[in-house]
Amino acid sequence: MRIAILLLLVASSAFAADEKTFTPPAERDMPKNEFGDAVRLGKSIFTDTQHYAKKYVGNGLNCSNCHLDSGRMADSAPLWGAYVRYPAYRAKTKQVNTFEERLQGCFEYSMNGTAPKSGTPEMTALVSYAYWMSTGAPVNTKLKGAGFPKLNKPALAPDFARGQKVFTDNCQICHGSNGEGIKVEGKFVFPPLWGKESFNWGAGLHRIDTAAGFIKGNMPLGKGGTLSDQESWDVATYVMSHDRPADPRAKSGVAAAKKDFHEENCKYGETVEGHLLGE
Amino acid sequence: MKLIFLVLGMLPLLAQAADMATKINVSSCEACHGQKGVGKNEFPRLAALEATYFVKQLQDFRTGTRSNPMMQPVAKSMSEADMSKYAAYFSKLPQPAAQPSSEGAALLAAGESLAKNGDWPNGIPACFQCHGAKGQGISPDFPQIAGQPARYITVQIANWKSGARSNDSVGLMKSVADKMTDEQIKAVAAYLSQGVTK
Repeated sequence: MRIAILLLLVASSAFAADEKTFTPPAERDMPKNEFGDAVRLGKSIFTDTQHYAKKYVGNGLNCSNCHLDSGRMADSAPLWGAYVRYPAYRAKTKQVNTFEERLQGCFEYSMNGTAPKSGTPEMTALVSYAYWMSTGAPVNTKLKGAGFPKLNKPALAPDFARGQKVFTDNCQICHGSNGEGIKVEGKFVFPPLWGKESFNWGAGLHRIDTAAGFIKGNMPLGKGGTLSDQESWDVATYVMSHDRPADPRAKSGVAAAKKDFHEENCKYGETVEGHLLGE
Repeated sequence: MKLIFLVLGMLPLLAQAADMATKINVSSCEACHGQKGVGKNEFPRLAALEATYFVKQLQDFRTGTRSNPMMQPVAKSMSEADMSKYAAYFSKLPQPAAQPSSEGAALLAAGESLAKNGDWPNGIPACFQCHGAKGQGISPDFPQIAGQPARYITVQIANWKSGARSNDSVGLMKSVADKMTDEQIKAVAAYLSQGVTK
């Protein structure tokens, strides 16, 4: 009896009691009207950002590289998880941001580009897509599967060399031995993880804790959950110990930016293998 | 006198044997894989197959990570140099023309959706996410799948599931195959068999 109660307690504690599950509407249920056209354009921008929002993008990525299944998938920062949680105060900007402002941040940092202004066709389409995908979701609620999974701290301090081994064994086949991704006919088919075609030092995913959660939940593609927590932390540390485009906020140099924006969970401003990261 | 005729009669055969030492015997491949390696039923299309992938499959037949009662003895009889020669020959043959499938429109649409979007609620990525936007392959680890016979695709997915084929990198294809339903396999095999679509 005691064991049964204990098991029940353990089982229930695995699920946060206040998190609601949510399933976005099916693709075929996109409305066939003017609003539906905006939703469809939003999906096109989301999955082929390189083509449909070309002028706002400064690297080789598409939104759907990190937000899997066209932004629908739980635990890969789905659009429906984010849409219902704005406006919100963000420590990153130290102010209350709307959902549009949150998307503008994606373009500035994750896409290493320039933010589409409110009212542009691209911004209207993306917001329409996120809004439609959130049909029936409760607002101002943390839904189960929103954001990336949070991992507990690993048993061993995350390690570059162990991470390199994990990378070689599991990631290199698609992302290349230098994290450069793979291109076919001039278009990336597997995204670059570092270097000038990847997200910049201001993107959320450069934080090792965030990246470890993303990797654990989603990588290798189709095999999410197969790497151990330790492997996820190690490989995240390895990937995020390489250079990438500059942090647009670093107006007064790397040392100042490290203090202002990069105090924890990242390698920015540190020297790894003889190279100062962030320069 | 009879002996002379016999020897003379064998001359073309001897010449052919000498020829084979330096060349390859394509017709023995074509007996199963079709003229010009176009593929048929469970026998894959070899024409225009990427050469590095081609060689690796033969090596894997030899080691047994890809098992097949017909191909394993063939691969074991081949030298590395032979493998490269056959790969070079078939990789340069032209891509066969697209073939319409006799399956119904609903099944083909389901196959197209799986190939292009996957079935993420069940953990299945889109085929084209790794095999190229049109299934044309991303060499050398992700072969062209568009234009393979439906029966071949069906058998291969069954082989990934059973473990008869385990020569995938990082176990990626095994993880996908394990999650696919029979209906999904049938649909995607029919869709892909139509070839590289525009």
